[in-house]
Amino acid sequence: MAQTLVQKIIARAAGQDVARCGEIVTCNVDLALLLDSGGPRRIWPRLKELGAGVWDPDKIVLMTDHFVPAVDAQSAAILKLTREFACHFGIEKFFDMKGIGHVVLAEQGLLQPGMFAVGGDSHSTNGGAFGCYMAGFGAIEMTGVVVTGQIWLQVPETIRVDWFGEFAKGVVAKDMSLYLCRELGMDNAFRAVEFGGETVRSMGMFERMVLTNMAAELGAETGLVEPDDITLEAIRAAGVEPAADALEWRSDPDAVYLARHEFDAARLVPQVAAPHRPSNSGPADDYCDVAVDQAYIGACVGAKHNDLQMAAEVLQGRKVAPGTRLLVAPSSQQTMALAAADGTLATLVEAGATLLPTGCGACAALGAGVLAEDEVCISSTNRNFQGRMGANSSRVYLASPYTVAASAVMGRIADPREFL
Amino acid sequence: MIDSDPIYGRAWVFGDEINTDTMAPGLYFKEPIEVMARHCLEAVDPEFAASVKPGDIVVGGSNFGVGSAREQAAMAFRELGVGAILARSFSRIFYRNAINFGLPLLTLPADAEIRAGDLLEVDPVGGTIDNTTLGKRYAVEPIPAHLMTMIDAGGLLPWLKDRYAKPQKF
Repeated sequence: MAQTLVQKIIARAAGQDVARCGEIVTCNVDLALLLDSGGPRRIWPRLKELGAGVWDPDKIVLMTDHFVPAVDAQSAAILKLTREFACHFGIEKFFDMKGIGHVVLAEQGLLQPGMFAVGGDSHSTNGGAFGCYMAGFGAIEMTGVVVTGQIWLQVPETIRVDWFGEFAKGVVAKDMSLYLCRELGMDNAFRAVEFGGETVRSMGMFERMVLTNMAAELGAETGLVEPDDITLEAIRAAGVEPAADALEWRSDPDAVYLARHEFDAARLVPQVAAPHRPSNSGPADDYCDVAVDQAYIGACVGAKHNDLQMAAEVLQGRKVAPGTRLLVAPSSQQTMALAAADGTLATLVEAGATLLPTGCGACAALGAGVLAEDEVCISSTNRNFQGRMGANSSRVYLASPYTVAASAVMGRIADPREFL
Repeated sequence: MIDSDPIYGRAWVFGDEINTDTMAPGLYFKEPIEVMARHCLEAVDPEFAASVKPGDIVVGGSNFGVGSAREQAAMAFRELGVGAILARSFSRIFYRNAINFGLPLLTLPADAEIRAGDLLEVDPVGGTIDNTTLGKRYAVEPIPAHLMTMIDAGGLLPWLKDRYAKPQKF
């Protein structure tokens, strides 16, 4: 039976030859990502209640990213408990304040094509850029995984999205994702989205991760990109040897898709998603009269090294507009180091940006950069739900780092193409 | 926990794409669930958390629970005593979280007519929703059988307790 990539991975993880769409299977988990947000603080009390331990400390990866650095006694207590959990259960893959989990997983070479991975955070779909299954689950289900090493699934159907053509200047993966939220809608629960086509093939792993990260905004089970030489290079760059069968993890040529979509990247223009949903997107030009109080470059999806470089490209020799503040929270310590070494951070700071610590922070109103009532923010993050970044009446517009930086310079939403 | 008894309650009606950030706001994310639940849906309806009665039924549009994996979104409804949630469709993680906490979720048919304050009777196992105010009955997909074993055990945690508890150091 011909299968899509996600079916093949699920079949392997369930110990079956094939996985039929709609079938309910129990999968063995290869990697479980726990974060400080829904990790030990929610799971440990349940382990005590159950009288159970962890199934395999080597398959658990633990990160602190949501509440770092501690801003009050509550977040400090959560972080302390997270560190104690790592020590108590012997979790060696514990990355404390090293960056946002989804990005650090990639930096550490912990994802391989064909893996079956789960994470206690909705943007765990990010990992699918490596040709693995990776999806987000709530802490109650992650408790089950931590105890048993297993999770049940209904095998999803796959939507195939192919992009062709070259981007125009100033158009990037984030614009694709915002456009797709509008085109495919956000109601694709229990379906997988597979990204391909020549445009995606030519994209680096950072850009591919934007697509799979925001598969979460499509409502999908996960997003995947079939592995290729670019995938293997990224794994090697992390100091890890790719699995011998890595390139075999592909959809069969005659696999059946729920739907197939083809889009022309050359015709795409910079996109902005207006409040309060990522699917409320359109050309950046349509929003040029919107004044912004805050511009934010941050989060797993929008503050990797190349994202900071995009912002710096726009901000080189320019200044943030009076009355507007630009906050930059690099998505990992490695990002911070690379951007410091190549002068990107200096460019941002000279332009007037405020540099924030690595972490999830303002994206989810958890750290520095929270919005006041009625404030407007343009943000390189992935969600703009009401109250997401602060007060209920604040308004968040989503865009690429190019567009966020251009808007910071203008003090109102701006099309970045005039700046490049 | 879900059991086979029908659920009676008053309908609280919300629109499409009600997201988890409004159910469990980030500003209260570090607070215990009792505190967070008081802010559940306040951005959409400031009266809801204070006025909802145990057994009341939340009715949503499409993609109810879109957004993050935060289980507090589902827990907040349970904390407030919500008896069931009905919607045209649910987001994946919210659906799984709610079921794991024993909160019944049922998908509404397109023609279902439910107004704010209508009295509803919901049978999650038999698969029916009665709008007793309007005198209308709708057939819905019952809770899937594979979830019933877990639900029969009383939810994911008791189910785990039965099967996987083993002596470990703490």
